[in-house]
Amino acid sequence: MNPVNYLYLAALLFTIGAAGVLIRRNAIVVFMCVELMLNACNLAFVTFSRMHGNLDGQIIAFFTMVVAAAEVVVGLAIIVSVFRARHSASVDDASLMKL
Amino acid sequence: MSVNLAAYATSSGEAFQFWVLGTVAVVGALCTILMRRAVHSALCLAGTMIILAVFYLANGAYFLGIVQIVVYTGAIMMLFLFVVMLVGVTAADSLKETIKGQRWWAVACGLGFGILLVAGIGNASLKEFAGLGAANSAHGGNVEGLAALIFTKYVFAFEITGALLITAAVGAMVLTHRERTERAATQRELAEQRVREGKHLPPLPAPGVYARHNAVDIAGLLPDGTPAELTVMQTLRKRGQIRDVSTEALADLKALEQRSEERLGRDRDEEEATR
Amino acid sequence: MENLIALLIGAPLLGAAVLLLGGRRLDKAGHWIGTLLAAVSFVIGLALFADMLGRSADDRALHQRLYTWIPVEGFQADMAFQLDQLSMTFVLLISGVGTLIHVYSIGYMEHDERRRRFFGYLNLFVAAMLLLVLADNYLLLYFGWEGVGLASYLLIGFWQHKPTAATAAKKAFLVNRVGDMGLSIAIMIMFTTFGSFAFGPVLGATGETSEGKLTAIGLMLLLAACGKSAQVPLQSWLGDAMEGPTPVSALIHAATMVTAGVYLIVRSADIFNAAPDAQLVVTVVGAVTLLFGAIVGCAKDDIKKALAGSTMSQIGYMILAAGLGPIGYVFAIMHLVTHGFFKAGLFLGAGSVMHGMNDEVDMRKYGGLRKYMPVTFITFGLGYLAIIGFPGLSGFFSKDKIIEAAFAKGGTEGWILGAVTLLGAAITAYYMTRVMLMTFFGEKRWQPDADGNPPHPHESPKTMVIPMVLLAVGSVAAGAFFEFAGFVEWLEPVTGFAHGHSPLSATTVTTATVAVMVIGVGLAYVQYGRKPVPVVAPRGSLLTRAARRDLLQDDLNHAVFVRGGTHLTRSLVYVDHTLVDGVVNGTAASVGGLSGRLRKLQNGYARSYAVSMFGGTAVLIAATLLMRAV
Repeated sequence: MNPVNYLYLAALLFTIGAAGVLIRRNAIVVFMCVELMLNACNLAFVTFSRMHGNLDGQIIAFFTMVVAAAEVVVGLAIIVSVFRARHSASVDDASLMKL
Repeated sequence: MSVNLAAYATSSGEAFQFWVLGTVAVVGALCTILMRRAVHSALCLAGTMIILAVFYLANGAYFLGIVQIVVYTGAIMMLFLFVVMLVGVTAADSLKETIKGQRWWAVACGLGFGILLVAGIGNASLKEFAGLGAANSAHGGNVEGLAALIFTKYVFAFEITGALLITAAVGAMVLTHRERTERAATQRELAEQRVREGKHLPPLPAPGVYARHNAVDIAGLLPDGTPAELTVMQTLRKRGQIRDVSTEALADLKALEQRSEERLGRDRDEEEATR
Repeated sequence: MENLIALLIGAPLLGAAVLLLGGRRLDKAGHWIGTLLAAVSFVIGLALFADMLGRSADDRALHQRLYTWIPVEGFQADMAFQLDQLSMTFVLLISGVGTLIHVYSIGYMEHDERRRRFFGYLNLFVAAMLLLVLADNYLLLYFGWEGVGLASYLLIGFWQHKPTAATAAKKAFLVNRVGDMGLSIAIMIMFTTFGSFAFGPVLGATGETSEGKLTAIGLMLLLAACGKSAQVPLQSWLGDAMEGPTPVSALIHAATMVTAGVYLIVRSADIFNAAPDAQLVVTVVGAVTLLFGAIVGCAKDDIKKALAGSTMSQIGYMILAAGLGPIGYVFAIMHLVTHGFFKAGLFLGAGSVMHGMNDEVDMRKYGGLRKYMPVTFITFGLGYLAIIGFPGLSGFFSKDKIIEAAFAKGGTEGWILGAVTLLGAAITAYYMTRVMLMTFFGEKRWQPDADGNPPHPHESPKTMVIPMVLLAVGSVAAGAFFEFAGFVEWLEPVTGFAHGHSPLSATTVTTATVAVMVIGVGLAYVQYGRKPVPVVAPRGSLLTRAARRDLLQDDLNHAVFVRGGTHLTRSLVYVDHTLVDGVVNGTAASVGGLSGRLRKLQNGYARSYAVSMFGGTAVLIAATLLMRAV
């Protein structure tokens, strides 16, 4: 088996995650889908690392995880405060950007 | 999962593992986006992430595989679950689309995007690969190799991500922390306030407890048989998770009354008969 | 001596500046300042004249160069003056008659509270006119040309509170613009052809230039002359210009400015000499205007408009003479000068009559004035005799020479032109006699004015009478003086002179001229002297009615230009509204409609925006892959 298959899997997971972001209204689920996309990227990086024979890809994946952790912390805090204010976690309810 | 295996070739065992676990991962991802309850989505996502951790290990990224399990699945997903609990664990989302055409556009874009990605990967000439054997063994192992890179070549990025993490922690606190602008009322003041407002002077009534099962979510019945929502705890009330048993109770009551009526009637008949 | 030339212009220009910028505190002395500075100009002119006479005939031209006006490489226009015999003649006429009319205006405008401004404008006019005749290049001449146009506009509309005056000023300005356009085009052709505007290079190089270009320049110069000198087809403004104060009519619209066209043609003699076609057109224009003005003059009851028709006709004589070439240039200028005297005198006389008659201009309401205004009668009468060509007076000499030159043109043209000029002389005698008889003879037909005051005709004040007397002297004596003092020899070095070969002897022509003059006077006497003049004008023949309407000049202009222009603008407006606005509004509307559609994409839902981002990413990837594939 060629490790390229991992890349196909990563692409598939990434697309599924993106579709989830677009389809779901619950902000928490949307956030999970974002995490799924990040993980798909990480898988691609790890696979690239193996294919190229150096560890830089893994380093990138590592940093991605750190940044994702930071992002989750802030993002969930935002969700909680929005939920407190509006009693809803739906991204559609916060459609304040409309004219 | 020897060093060599991850280094220069893939075994048929890895191929088998890929096809089985890969399928599970895709199913998990699909479940993540299709489950109506957020808590189910979170669990499916956690499963997918664990499978990804296995794939990392298979790809020779031992450190990342463990970190994925410990940090991602262990910490981040638990954070998600906490928030889900805060927001309401059993509340199911409606999957009905409210924005016109959104779903079709999303599916079309997703398909197009996926096809393009796959085509791009397929186009790239990736027939041969180097393997991680040399890179992992250069410093004595995967963790040592990563450490060597992190603390030399990527040391600035590392420091900056550290700063980012601290900022994020402070940010989360700022966002969720609510400053108390006045002194909290004491128990005495609360009691006096209740007297002043003239309602619920006594402690709140207990929920309707039945011997058959734990019934904190069942409202106690008032003497006329109607349920008193006040007896159910505030959290359940707000989530709308009060189990409605009033009709059942009323039916029981009616049956009881009918039976006693029958009994009383029979007694009367007997009395009259004896006279 | 040549340094004085700039002072000729400078004195009245200074007067204009002081009077127009000085404000009300000059109200009391303004007219004296204006008159004095005009007189200074005249005195300087006389000094230069005396100096010029002291030199030989070929050495009389003076040049003064002040500075380079437009210092552009290859486009040199100098503020430079040229004073030769031709310019000298004009300088003396302009400053002399100008000074007299300044003096006259002191009396005439006495009761006008804007008298200071009037004198400022007059000084401005004198300065511009002197600049016109003293310029040594066509561009500077054009400057003066526009300057007199401006002064003329300001002075015609001086009584701007009268709508007729304001309209007349605008009309004069507009019609003049048409002519000015001709002059500017002529100057442009000159520049491309000769690479210069100066008289020397332009007029000296006519030999090496194609006749076609010279004809084009000549025709454009003629167009300019037509505009300024009120020749057919640009004659319509002069009659209305009589709305201005009478001294203005005398100075600008009789003696000086309207003769600028004649000056232009005579100054450009070398061009016209080399372009016979243009010359022919000049004579035709002159001949047509000569008859046109004379006919109009016969029908008008307004004394000033009758005189305006006469002016048009007399300038027609000059233009015709100028079109005859070297045999006519000198006589054109000679007639110009004598006309300057007698026509200015006649206008001043008319002004004097109006002054005494409560500003009434209708000759049918005059009559029998000779006893009440004897000096006016005598000076007007001398001017009258001069213009009809009474033997011995100035008009006789100058007009007779033109008629002679017209016959001397030779061939059929000569006969036709001769006949026209003779006919013109007869009509001149007729309409001038008519004016004379209706004004000074016959019974009184005076009418009270609008306020009900009956007129009390009286002789005008001395400031008005003295100029009239001096001009009358000029009218009487100028012709004989020129004839015997050698005007031809004086101008010959500048304009050239050739003796024509007339098929008729000079005596025959003179006899014929006197004969037609007598006929004209006789006819007028029969019509207006023997029987009373009706106060209300009879309906008259078709020709009379047409002539009263200036031979339908305004109707023609209206039909051709006004209506045509209106239709043109209307169609342009239509095109603008439908096509241009359609495109513009259509663009705006389509942008608006499109934006309305696009606005719906902006629904505020983050997920919708995410879809577009996602789609955009997909497109970017597709583009990248495509580029790599290519």
